[in-house]
Amino acid sequence: MPQEQVEEYLETIYDLESRDGSAKTTAIAKCMKIAPASVTEVLKSLSDKGFVQYEPYRGATLTEEGKQIAGTIKRKHRLLEVFLTDVLKLNREKVHDEACRMEHTISVETEDALCRMLDAPAHCPHGSPISPCNKGVGSCAECDGAGNAGASFVIRNKKIIPITDLHPEQKGRIAFIRGDCKVVQRLSDLGLTLGTTVSVLKKAPMGGPVEISVRRTKLAVDHAIAENIFIEPPRSGEP
Amino acid sequence: MSGCGECKGCSTSGDSKIKNVDYTIALAGNANVGKSVIFNQLTGVDQIIGNWPGKTVERAEGLLLHKGKRIRVIDLPGIYSFSTYSMEELVSRDFIALEHPDAVINVIDASALERNLFFTIQLLELAPPLMIAVNQIDLAEKKGITIDTQKFSALLGVPVVQTVAIRGKGIPVLTDAITGLMQDHLVPPVLYYGKEIEERIGKILSLLDTVTTQYPVRWTAIKLLERDPAIVQLIRVQEPAIVEKAGLLAGEIESIHGEPVCVVMSAERYQIADRIAAEVMTIRPPGEGPVKKSLTDRLDEVALHPVFGYLGVIAVICGLLVWTFLIGAQVSGFLQAFLSHFEQYEPVVTGPLMDILWNGAFTGFVAGVTLVIPYVLPFYLLLAVLEDSGYLTRISVMLDRGMHKLGLHGKAIIPLILGYGCNVPAIYSCRIMETPKQKTLAAFLVTLVPCTARTVVILGLVAAFVNIWWALALYAFDILLIIVVGRIAFKAVPGESVGLIMEMADYHVPSASVVLKQTWTRTKSLIWIVFPAYIIGSAIIQAFYAAGLLTPVNNLLSPVTVLWLGLPAVIGITLIFGIVRKELTILTLAVIFHTTNFASIMSPVQLIVLALVSMLYIPCISVILVLASEFGWKKALSISVAEIVMAISIGGIAFRILSLAM
Repeated sequence: MPQEQVEEYLETIYDLESRDGSAKTTAIAKCMKIAPASVTEVLKSLSDKGFVQYEPYRGATLTEEGKQIAGTIKRKHRLLEVFLTDVLKLNREKVHDEACRMEHTISVETEDALCRMLDAPAHCPHGSPISPCNKGVGSCAECDGAGNAGASFVIRNKKIIPITDLHPEQKGRIAFIRGDCKVVQRLSDLGLTLGTTVSVLKKAPMGGPVEISVRRTKLAVDHAIAENIFIEPPRSGEP
Repeated sequence: MSGCGECKGCSTSGDSKIKNVDYTIALAGNANVGKSVIFNQLTGVDQIIGNWPGKTVERAEGLLLHKGKRIRVIDLPGIYSFSTYSMEELVSRDFIALEHPDAVINVIDASALERNLFFTIQLLELAPPLMIAVNQIDLAEKKGITIDTQKFSALLGVPVVQTVAIRGKGIPVLTDAITGLMQDHLVPPVLYYGKEIEERIGKILSLLDTVTTQYPVRWTAIKLLERDPAIVQLIRVQEPAIVEKAGLLAGEIESIHGEPVCVVMSAERYQIADRIAAEVMTIRPPGEGPVKKSLTDRLDEVALHPVFGYLGVIAVICGLLVWTFLIGAQVSGFLQAFLSHFEQYEPVVTGPLMDILWNGAFTGFVAGVTLVIPYVLPFYLLLAVLEDSGYLTRISVMLDRGMHKLGLHGKAIIPLILGYGCNVPAIYSCRIMETPKQKTLAAFLVTLVPCTARTVVILGLVAAFVNIWWALALYAFDILLIIVVGRIAFKAVPGESVGLIMEMADYHVPSASVVLKQTWTRTKSLIWIVFPAYIIGSAIIQAFYAAGLLTPVNNLLSPVTVLWLGLPAVIGITLIFGIVRKELTILTLAVIFHTTNFASIMSPVQLIVLALVSMLYIPCISVILVLASEFGWKKALSISVAEIVMAISIGGIAFRILSLAM
């Protein structure tokens, strides 16, 4: 099975899984406009490769490995969409299909260069979040500085999530802050430095500011800024 | 001193209004630590609030008399860092470094020791004679936090006292400690960073022999390493090679840590702060059973609730306005009756010129008194109570999302609410916005908010002679217009917008002295700007009126007033008078028609259109003056012209639609 097809399948399952909890064969078939019989065939082969867990009639879920591939593709896809709309000024309705074809062919270098050029966008033109890259950096400034020198980075092997995904009263440590240097400095002046333990107290309704507790003080932070504060979520067993 | 090109601009001693002082001390610290309360405790009521020379940053100074010495106390703005994020930070660090105050008192909040210490560490780098006042220890104790003052003092090498400023506790000890510090002029010890940072600071230090600045040399080295734009600029003029070398060293740190050097330095400072805090602070572990929620948490459950929160915001703002106007109308009527005993306050247009001018000036004065004291003062007093209690920050959080649509964020709600009192202080308060674009946008939208004078016009024309619902409809239309115009201006005005990053202080019972001071700060600008503009403007207009220019002006304006807006021709002159003060529109109308029953001279449609146009066209002379002083004449005039055009266009359209409907 060609790589491109594998990636398309994983992407579809990723979307369906985050919507319904698991990806049913019929749903996949409908999404990809393919006969259910051939979907079943492919799912079996993806399962053999260790990308999905598949049980007939109950649907498929991604394994960690499958999630990683799908996540990378999603990131490339959405970065490309931003590039196509913002830089090439293509119509927003058209960019999805275009990006769908391009996402399988661009390299990691291109992905990084796009991210730098577009100033590490947080959302695609349709509003879906763009996940952070998996490089072991603490802020975008490092990547910007090293970009020209062609330096390579250690791969960040820990899972990080935006602070906005934390449940109230859950704790985590700041791993990466995406975005503008001035904002990063402001946040660190107020105590949000890398490695600091923070928790979310409240999220204001309708995408309003997020109330963050840090060093026994409380900060209200704009939702869009908070989405760029990434943390290592608590491991199970930790409070 | 040679080599400091910046000193002229930042010299403050020459501009001080308090003369013949023996010492100067400064209060520095984060926002919301009770710094203003300590300032009020030290200086009493005798204080001056002005601007830093040449900068639009507030400067409060007062006089402390202690043991026969006259001590000037400067209240520096509440800031979190000495970077260059805001003008407040620049002004504060320049004051401490260049004005050499005899003592700096760092007020810190006992409940948030680490973040406060982060700032203390930066203060220590500036090396003024320093002491620390650990404030709000009572609140900290309630949270189970106790602080070992002696150990604290020993660790930092500076005097430390504990205070509960709001109840005056610890103030005498503080005053004695200040006296000691001023005489000894002890320079605080140096705090050291990690090895890789210190090595590089050392390298820069060794290069700095060849340059002269008024800043402490170690601080200059640290700031060069941090790539601080202002200091880099200062040194580059003298010795570009040093800047280059410092840049390389900063690059080394960045490649070690993989973060911008300023962020590395922040993290380093927080490490020191965490270490000191852990040494001096004991936190009593929470007792058995479920953790009791604090009062603030419980209040926030309602104040930030998706439904009750918004209901609360609406109720509080509406309550504020309704209360003000119900009380205000009573008091205003009483004051007018009282003042009419002295002089006729209705415009006089015949007789000797001096009489006319005097009458004009007096009516201007009466107008100022009957608007400010009954309406603006109670409004700002209540608002200051809300602000000091901490509720205003919750309103900002709740409305943040909506303000985004206007290119602003939640904090901008404060100037907009202030605007309902008077636009002048509201425009000053736009300084709380971070970027020039956001300041301009906020000020522009403030000018569209109907102030008390405009409310008097709306109530006097529409609520009194049409009905209250049309008056409320005008208000609702105004809010809608602010949203639409805000959207357009957001797209049209160049520049960047930043999102909200704001501390959420705990609720507390408002302090009378802070509330009164805040109210005075805001009302004061009315006395210096609005009163003179009212008095002089009214006298000039009276003379203008008496000189018989009425008819020619009305004729000149009649294509707009009569043909387009469908109003009587005499409205031309009343609209021009309204530029001086909006409520003059009504007064002039009454004089011209010899009646206060406006329903007998204008139809309901005409009354509504007149109120609408009055509400929207350029605010008034005072507002134009303030806009010009804050943003320059170009912006002040473009805003004025844009609003005249908008008001006339909307008025004409409204006339046509309303004529069909009514």
